[in-house]
Amino acid sequence: METQGKIFTEIDPDVMRDFFRKKSKKMVNKVSTVEKVVSEMIHDGDYIAVGGFGSIRIPTAVLHEILRQKKKNLGLAGHTSTHDCEILAAGKCINRCDMAYVIGLEAMGLPKMARKYFENEVEYTEWTNAALSWRLKAASMGLSFLPVRNMLGTDTGKYSAAKEITCPFTAKKMFAVPALYPDVAVIHVHEADIYGNSYIKGIIVSDTDLAKASKKLIITTEKIVPTEFFRNNSENTTIPFYLVDAVIEVPYGSYPGNMPYEYFLDVEHLKDWIKAENNPETYKEFIEKNIYNCKNFNEYLTLNGGMEKMRKLRSIEYSIGKEF
Amino acid sequence: MEEYNSMEIMISVASRFLEDGATISVGTGGPCAAAMLAQKLYSPNLLIIFEAGGIAPLLHSMPISVGDSRTMYKAIQTTSMPEIMESLQRGVVDYCFLGGAQIDMYGNLNSTMVGTDYQHPKVRFPGSGGANDFGSLAWRTLIMTPQSQRRFVPKVDFVTTPGYLTGPGAREKAGLPPGAGPYKVITNLAVLGYDDKTKRMKIESIHPDITTEEVQKNTGFELIIKGKVPVTKPPTKEELKILREEVDPLKLIIGREAK
Repeated sequence: METQGKIFTEIDPDVMRDFFRKKSKKMVNKVSTVEKVVSEMIHDGDYIAVGGFGSIRIPTAVLHEILRQKKKNLGLAGHTSTHDCEILAAGKCINRCDMAYVIGLEAMGLPKMARKYFENEVEYTEWTNAALSWRLKAASMGLSFLPVRNMLGTDTGKYSAAKEITCPFTAKKMFAVPALYPDVAVIHVHEADIYGNSYIKGIIVSDTDLAKASKKLIITTEKIVPTEFFRNNSENTTIPFYLVDAVIEVPYGSYPGNMPYEYFLDVEHLKDWIKAENNPETYKEFIEKNIYNCKNFNEYLTLNGGMEKMRKLRSIEYSIGKEF
Repeated sequence: MEEYNSMEIMISVASRFLEDGATISVGTGGPCAAAMLAQKLYSPNLLIIFEAGGIAPLLHSMPISVGDSRTMYKAIQTTSMPEIMESLQRGVVDYCFLGGAQIDMYGNLNSTMVGTDYQHPKVRFPGSGGANDFGSLAWRTLIMTPQSQRRFVPKVDFVTTPGYLTGPGAREKAGLPPGAGPYKVITNLAVLGYDDKTKRMKIESIHPDITTEEVQKNTGFELIIKGKVPVTKPPTKEELKILREEVDPLKLIIGREAK
């Protein structure tokens, strides 16, 4: 099968070896602010990837700031990219996307304006969740591709940039998926120290591979903890410091997304957002109010109910298993 | 006979296909409800996994996302997406449960776009997500969807997820692992399967008070009908009780009619 998709990122593993050789691995204080990190580490045209799972454990503060600083022409790894993609679409920040799952919020619905934006203003290549997982894994292994057995025979495969290969051992037909080395990854975690050592509780999604595959890695964390948390229990280290470029403490940083074991999704707010997308006027108003007119993430939290709302979302999270 | 709605019969019927000891990868909504019902009633050892990384949770309430906290409630393991996808590729997963905007007679599914020009679709949908991975790599694909001419089409606009592609042998020829593929389609009107020889969709049973003509009328291609078509066993009292009281007491799924 001839495939037609485009590869948006560098795939030469030797170029990447040179990059990773030069990247600082020093255990130094990397604590910064959202404003500074977005201004200094994310540039127009960069290809970015967002950790978590679309509306689960997402770095909302950085995403909003990308809009406020009017970053343009970003590439996006659309790896179950739901609310994170919805935010970036609201700022028209993306011009190319590796699509596995975007512009939908699973059981919550489809945001209309984000869809329209993707239909008209974004160039894309088709993939699947597994394909993007494995592309990141190939990069984390320092390779240029991995052989896989999905997508064969379908239009998903045809519009991907995978290439058919024959297994040199079994002669079976497979797809080679190219490694994906993003320019910047942003991952929200439960706990991190000032050096970037990070702890994620619950599902990892693709984040350990993403952390290794990315040229730059920004960590936002619910809370900054002493390094002893990692030194005394090394199994707590989900992501080690030498992969990390910046650490920002953002309590409730995944809001309105879910932070497993901490607080649940704000379903009401997410549904209001989708509803606002039914009409260009209400959409503009909603995005102005919730992003552009907020100075920072904290103002957005306050606008949407502040601590009282956060307590409510925590209580929903804690009631899982005891709802009825 | 108990009163029931279209979602309740679809979920009850689907739950009966999941035998004890099987592994299933599910999403949100009806398929999740069916897996929960099966686990409570028929298959206590049903191993339920979620693509974002949740393995064998004690599912209590309905997830909103396949990665939300409910998919990891008391889970045996909270792992990664590649870990789940690699299990599928390794042949560990017996069943997957999918939906889609369009389906054709070979069970090919479209959840990507409507239109003919890929870069300029009439309507763009979210895309494969994990659907292509499940349809390619799980041994048996189950589909739960309302049945209408709009969904059951002669040709899907885009093959997001492989069914039997163009017919017998096509999956294997394309390079997909042999012996896997579409298994059943459970709709609000009937249970559909696939003819062994042609790999085309056939009627296996029709739900009570539905006629084969109605099923055919709501399908955009010719369904294979062989002999006298049996009537689907309606939801039992026990299925409905557990579904309403334990699986979905808030009626998030069964409160809707399948349309």
